[in-house]
Amino acid sequence: MTPSVEFRGLSKAFHGNMANTDLSFKVRKGSVHAIIGENGAGKSTAMKILYGIYQPDEGEIYIEGKLWGGRQKPWSSSSDAILHGIGMVHQHFMLGGPHTVLDNILLGAEQAHWGWRWLPKALRPIDRDEARQRLESLSEQYGLKVAWDALVENLSVGVHQRIEILKLLYRDAKILILDEPTAVLTQQETNELFDHLRKLCHRGKTILMITHKLKEVMSIADRVTVFRAGKIVGEREIHKTYVEDLASLMVGRKVSLKAESPPQVVLQEPVLQVQGLSVKDFKLQEVSLQVRRGEVVGIAGVEGNGQAELLQVLLHPLEYQNRMKGVIEVVGKNIEGLNTRQIRDLGMGVIPDDRLRDALLTDRPAQENYILGLHREKPFCQAGLILDRQVEELTDQAMEEYDIRPRSRLLKADRFSGGNQQKLVIAREFFRSPKLLVIAQPTRGVDVGAIEFIHKKIFRARSEGSGILLISSELDEILALSDRILVMYTGKIIFEFNRGEVTEQALGLAMGGEARS
Amino acid sequence: MEVFMWIVQLMASTCRVSTPLLFAAMGGMMSERSGVVNIALEGLMLLGAFVAAAATDFTHSPVLGAFAAFMAGLIFSIFYAFFVIEIGSDQIVAGTAMNMLALGLTPFFSKILYGSSTSTPSLPIEFRFQYAPVWIAFGVVVLCWVWIVKTPFGLWVQFAGEHPEALDCAGVCVKRVRWMAVLVGGGLAGLGGASLSIFLSSSFSRNMTAGRGFMALAALIFGKWKPIPAALACLLFGFSDAIQIRLQSVVLWGNEPVPVQFIQILPYFVTILVLAGFVGQARAPQALGIPFVK
Repeated sequence: MTPSVEFRGLSKAFHGNMANTDLSFKVRKGSVHAIIGENGAGKSTAMKILYGIYQPDEGEIYIEGKLWGGRQKPWSSSSDAILHGIGMVHQHFMLGGPHTVLDNILLGAEQAHWGWRWLPKALRPIDRDEARQRLESLSEQYGLKVAWDALVENLSVGVHQRIEILKLLYRDAKILILDEPTAVLTQQETNELFDHLRKLCHRGKTILMITHKLKEVMSIADRVTVFRAGKIVGEREIHKTYVEDLASLMVGRKVSLKAESPPQVVLQEPVLQVQGLSVKDFKLQEVSLQVRRGEVVGIAGVEGNGQAELLQVLLHPLEYQNRMKGVIEVVGKNIEGLNTRQIRDLGMGVIPDDRLRDALLTDRPAQENYILGLHREKPFCQAGLILDRQVEELTDQAMEEYDIRPRSRLLKADRFSGGNQQKLVIAREFFRSPKLLVIAQPTRGVDVGAIEFIHKKIFRARSEGSGILLISSELDEILALSDRILVMYTGKIIFEFNRGEVTEQALGLAMGGEARS
Repeated sequence: MEVFMWIVQLMASTCRVSTPLLFAAMGGMMSERSGVVNIALEGLMLLGAFVAAAATDFTHSPVLGAFAAFMAGLIFSIFYAFFVIEIGSDQIVAGTAMNMLALGLTPFFSKILYGSSTSTPSLPIEFRFQYAPVWIAFGVVVLCWVWIVKTPFGLWVQFAGEHPEALDCAGVCVKRVRWMAVLVGGGLAGLGGASLSIFLSSSFSRNMTAGRGFMALAALIFGKWKPIPAALACLLFGFSDAIQIRLQSVVLWGNEPVPVQFIQILPYFVTILVLAGFVGQARAPQALGIPFVK
């Protein structure tokens, strides 16, 4: 059978940096083909070449045996790709919020009314009724239900994903490229998406999926191509491989997916004590917990059960002063009436869950982000002036120590990949060797190699005597890192386990509010 | 009966003085919905007013005069579009520059052509429009509505201003859509200027727009960048202008009439009130003012 897509010796460089080198691989028709690799491995570039956004420097791509673009045939644009049945769902959805679902799907593929022929096509009224009918039958066929006249901004991300797929089907796409389709989806939405993808494959569509989540690759893909540093380093049939194999291929060395806990140090005085904390009209009820130096206390729970609120109250007690009951002590001092800066000065470091919103100035260079919050003190500041030399030197040092790539302290924060952004935040928060570290979702949107690194750093901080409060919705992470696990459910702490006392399954049940069986 | 006539006259007068605002607001809408801020409306109107007066004086045909004003607005917009769309200049700065340029160019050419930098020669009544521009203005509003809401090009304009990346991914060239929208918008603003000089008055005079371009912009924002509400906002401003004209000779107390300057403030006062008080909840197109770079 002729392959649906075939890459032959494709190369692409940006400003002299090779993004893709000599890529050759085939994709079977009617299969889900996963493209995996760490951030910056060249997966997206390769797919964007296929979709006609970039021109390659060398090589050809064949679609169903026919030359689609190459040296002999000048490369086409994405509008040409659409005509040839190639469609792409971008990582950041391409949907206009205040427009209806119908208009978003139609955009660029409008059908004019049969009348008004004397007008140019772009000025003839759009035949929305016909479009609606075609979409109805498509949605029937593939089981993708959406309210056509709803405004996109009122719908959830799961539905946005569905609209993006319908957009491709409406254009008769045969090859669907999905760039990190599950990055913003919940577990349930992910399962739903995978059901839809399987249905699409049964009807002969070919799906190319870029991802770095290995578990998902194992559950949905038929075949997988692994990228590293712009090259293909391996191809596997899914039923002949396993997660650790893929992880090692991706990173290029053996990766331990389970962080080994070093022996516990002697516990010392508590650095965080929360007693009977309740906040009116807020999700927290009678929360009590204690973190001592030298331990990791994990808070497990499905998101939205009060973890985010706990973090807010810890950081901004002033805002909740009037409706708050209970006592919070950081390093032995009651934080009532203190502002965030004063609390941090007590010796608290914070790694928030949404780093782009709460931890970084996205359009400022790495070095400014590195000193953010430390900028008033030695060694960065003297007599109210920032010492550039110190900043540059220490940022370079940190980038080396934390392996932040690229090693460019002038690069804007949002130009780094998720894992490197997170390492930058961690480097900053660890700088003062805080006595208490509050860490939320440390490995969200971070690739495998960086996860391992971050987990090691957390253990290092523990053995150096920090007390760590870890908030995470990833079961694996909680189980691997925590010495004690507290389960949060509807704003209360309902269970407490010690390390090794609980299985992943039992913890999952506990997070749903159910007792151990 | 007298009150009835007074009201009818007031309404007719409202429609007349709203005409320049309607054209300019629709022109502004085209441009702004596509994501290009257009504070150059004021300058485009001023230029349109001058070109219309001069062309009518030259050809003795108000239709040709209006057409010349449309073309002048369109051509002047080419510069603006080139700077903000192709080069990605700051749209407020470029727009201000266009306004100042128009403010200087119009008396300059007036001096060259007519030896006077303050005004062009007065046009006899048969060379001026009578009531046609009012109907045309309303027609333009309806056309713009159809264009924006019903046609593919309108949908592209909306997405160019809302989420240009999405439009680009759908295979439509964002820059081309913006170019078209800005040029047509410039032409409409030129027509707005023409209706000032060859319809509402009989000649061009220096800085005769007196902030109407900004008023049209205010109406556009007040109308949430939608054609029909923006047109209604223009009518509101036009109404306050019409009232102002009626009130000029009114004696409120004593024997002296209220000083005319105080009454002339009214339309501007309404503009400020509307912008300060009611616009809070309006939401601009997301990509308004942001150059599109692929």
